[in-house]
Amino acid sequence: MTDRLPRPLALLLLALLAVLVLYPLFGPMLFPEKHTFLLQKLTGIMILAILAMSLDLLVGVAGLVSLGHAAFFGLGGYMLAILSPQYDAANIWVVLPLALLAVAGAAALVGFLSIRTSGIYFIMVTLAFGQMGFYLFNDTKLAGGSDGAYIMVKPAVEIAGYALVKLGSKQSFYYVVLGLFVGVYFFFRMLLASPFGRVVRAIGVNENRVRGLGFNPALYKLVAFTIGGTVAGLSGFLAATQYGFVNPSMLSWHHSGEALVMVILGGMGTLFGPVLGAFVFELARLGFESMTEHWLALMGAMVIAIVLLLPKGLAGLLLQVFGDPEPKAEEEE
Amino acid sequence: MSVMIKSAPEAAPEAATDDRPTVLETRGLTKAFGGLVAVNNASLLFRERQTHAIIGPNGAGKSTFVHLLTGHLSPSGGQVLFMGADITHQPAHKVARLGIGRSYQKTNVFPSFTCFENCRLAAQSRLSTSMRFLRPAKAYRETNDLADWALDLCGLKLRRDRIAASMSYGEQRQLEIGMVLATGPKVLVLDEPLAGMGKEESEMMVGLLKELGTRFPLILIEHDMDAVFSLAEVLTVMVNGTVIESGPVEAIRASQAVQDAYLGDGAEAY
Amino acid sequence: MDFWFSLIQILNGVQYGLLLFLVASGLTLIFGIMGIINLAHGSFYMLGAYLAYWLAAKTGSLTMAVALSLPIAALVGYVIESLLVRTLYRRDHLDQVLLTYGLILIFNESQRMLWGSDVHGVQVPALLDWSIRLNETLSYPVYRLAVSGVCAVLAVGMWVVIQRTRFGMWVRAGASNREMVAALGIDVKLLFGVVFAAGAALAGLSGAIAAPMNSVYPGMGESVLIICFVVVVIGGVGSIKGAFLGALLIGLADTFGKVFVPDFASFTVYAVMAAVLLWKPRGLFA
Repeated sequence: MTDRLPRPLALLLLALLAVLVLYPLFGPMLFPEKHTFLLQKLTGIMILAILAMSLDLLVGVAGLVSLGHAAFFGLGGYMLAILSPQYDAANIWVVLPLALLAVAGAAALVGFLSIRTSGIYFIMVTLAFGQMGFYLFNDTKLAGGSDGAYIMVKPAVEIAGYALVKLGSKQSFYYVVLGLFVGVYFFFRMLLASPFGRVVRAIGVNENRVRGLGFNPALYKLVAFTIGGTVAGLSGFLAATQYGFVNPSMLSWHHSGEALVMVILGGMGTLFGPVLGAFVFELARLGFESMTEHWLALMGAMVIAIVLLLPKGLAGLLLQVFGDPEPKAEEEE
Repeated sequence: MSVMIKSAPEAAPEAATDDRPTVLETRGLTKAFGGLVAVNNASLLFRERQTHAIIGPNGAGKSTFVHLLTGHLSPSGGQVLFMGADITHQPAHKVARLGIGRSYQKTNVFPSFTCFENCRLAAQSRLSTSMRFLRPAKAYRETNDLADWALDLCGLKLRRDRIAASMSYGEQRQLEIGMVLATGPKVLVLDEPLAGMGKEESEMMVGLLKELGTRFPLILIEHDMDAVFSLAEVLTVMVNGTVIESGPVEAIRASQAVQDAYLGDGAEAY
Repeated sequence: MDFWFSLIQILNGVQYGLLLFLVASGLTLIFGIMGIINLAHGSFYMLGAYLAYWLAAKTGSLTMAVALSLPIAALVGYVIESLLVRTLYRRDHLDQVLLTYGLILIFNESQRMLWGSDVHGVQVPALLDWSIRLNETLSYPVYRLAVSGVCAVLAVGMWVVIQRTRFGMWVRAGASNREMVAALGIDVKLLFGVVFAAGAALAGLSGAIAAPMNSVYPGMGESVLIICFVVVVIGGVGSIKGAFLGALLIGLADTFGKVFVPDFASFTVYAVMAAVLLWKPRGLFA
């Protein structure tokens, strides 16, 4: 798999991106009543798309099927809640690095313990560690227990007392998230094209062969796991900033499962696929929610249908339609 | 079956006549899985620019021997020495970095990578580390050059940008060897490079192996007797985990023990 | 800590452990034999509990409710195996995780449609609704002892079936080497169907008999599922013996964790798991 997308597909994705960039301009005209709601919804989806990309690095690239990824998302959010002064704005230049550092540390620790296992053990162990994180915030008084905690004032983004952006403004925050979302995408693209990314991609296909070539797979997997966890932490930090609220369900394994569904629905290992997956998944949820109060059953049916009918995800479909420049990876023993 | 154990712990029989330096050596190498002894007290010498074939019936312990040599398995007893240094319990990735390049019995290329990308990945192992995140892999010139050199040597120059999965089986086997070359090895350990190949593909591969034999010490696990006799200078015969003979090809061919134990049923032509 | 108090904790820990074993044994066998990682296994536990609550209210007898919920759980398990799980045998773990995750959503939502989102208590049957007095202040409910007894009997029964019967031989062969099952000329479809249904039945039964102690509530299946994953990981995937020891270990760790470190009670089991994994990354009996 090379780093290039087929040109028509790249253009399509760029067009979709242009829609996102321009939405705040034409949104009020198209949806005068629902504009603010949709703006927030799109912000939330882009945050989840960052989460999905970070999980794709693990699942789709490194072959590490984690079912505890939301723990890092939640931890990122909780760090903001814990580090924010009660009635004052936190300084983003302090809290964001601290939050990411804490998440990176947690991810490295969990990764160190989990990467010793493989296959089904890895799935179960990450699930269990994820739940451990959930209970850490649910059962203890750390930050409001099972009720969660509020972030009263959004972090301030200032240089020398001058506010660069006001995160409280929904539109500004939308563009901040959009910028980070695009930035994270290119960050991962850079990562995947680097020597590190090539090794990790190869590990996902055939770990033993990579070892035979002279690389220590455990080390590369650990670094990939830590990077993925940290970016998940960034997305959780953004989610906490957006809603001004954190609660233990951010860490719950349901949330990990949803992120996994986004990755698979979109097409794992493709990076743009999980982004599409996040959008389709969340928009489907929106649609189902408006149809019935038992929308979760419909989500369940959708998930099962994806597994049975669309094993390579939307990206697989798109790459087929737009002429994948190369055949996809074959199944390895 | 009377099997004579001729593997003396110190020196193999040809030692007196061959003064090329020893590259790789095993001393009393043993691997037991529970009660089953897969490799029993194997002491062998592998010399500079020498093609050394290991033959033996299925289950003789050849593949286990390769795993022990390359760190994929840790031996239960004995030693592996590489350029005089003890590497017995080193993990596979370290052994590979030291310069013992190994190919696999089953084709083990990365199917979604191009030929070049496969070799470039292998060549990355020459970097001090691949924990490099910023510059794209394709911007590392020395890595690229090494990969191209390996592709050229293994005869896949014209297939450079083909996806591995789209190539013929024989070409994938060539690529497998190209990847080993791209790691910049000091010795090649090739596990059945001819397995599953058609006649034409085999001939091509034998030509490649001959060429490689002039540049590298070659340790060859192989079933194809034609190929073995046309390539190897030194032959080791393993049966039931034990080295029953080791020496110059001509001597082994004449050995009665080998005839009885192995060549007798498989290679009447000789 | 005085003797009677310790005894109560040990009895509770063992009782919880035995109950976990019934659920985890199915999970570990379904993976060991069929190669399926089944996230929906906890849903059968929930199904059993809700059936016990609902049928006990309808029939007026918990015994009757438990007796009925067992075959119902088995049937539901069998149907799910033949409709959906069967398509997953040749797929990788990721697809299994997703499909069974989808099943959980459907199970949970069906539960909400049928029985609502409230927490329900279930009455202990009159015959067992008394306690043994230990000293002036402490007593132990007989129902818990009965649950331990039922679980122990079932565990022994399972052991007999697995060790002494032809079917058990298939199960053992399958758990140690999945390829062997087909090679032995065993009816794989039947074996898989029965194993999955039996696992579902055991989980359902556990949920049913635990209902009077723990009450029934939405999402109960998942908490059990995750603890059972911990049990299976500790014991080694596919190992019944491992599941048994793992379940007792977790049962006791959880019970004593609640006594000694109440703030971090939910933590103790994961700490035990992490310790075991550091020591043996593939579990105790893999």
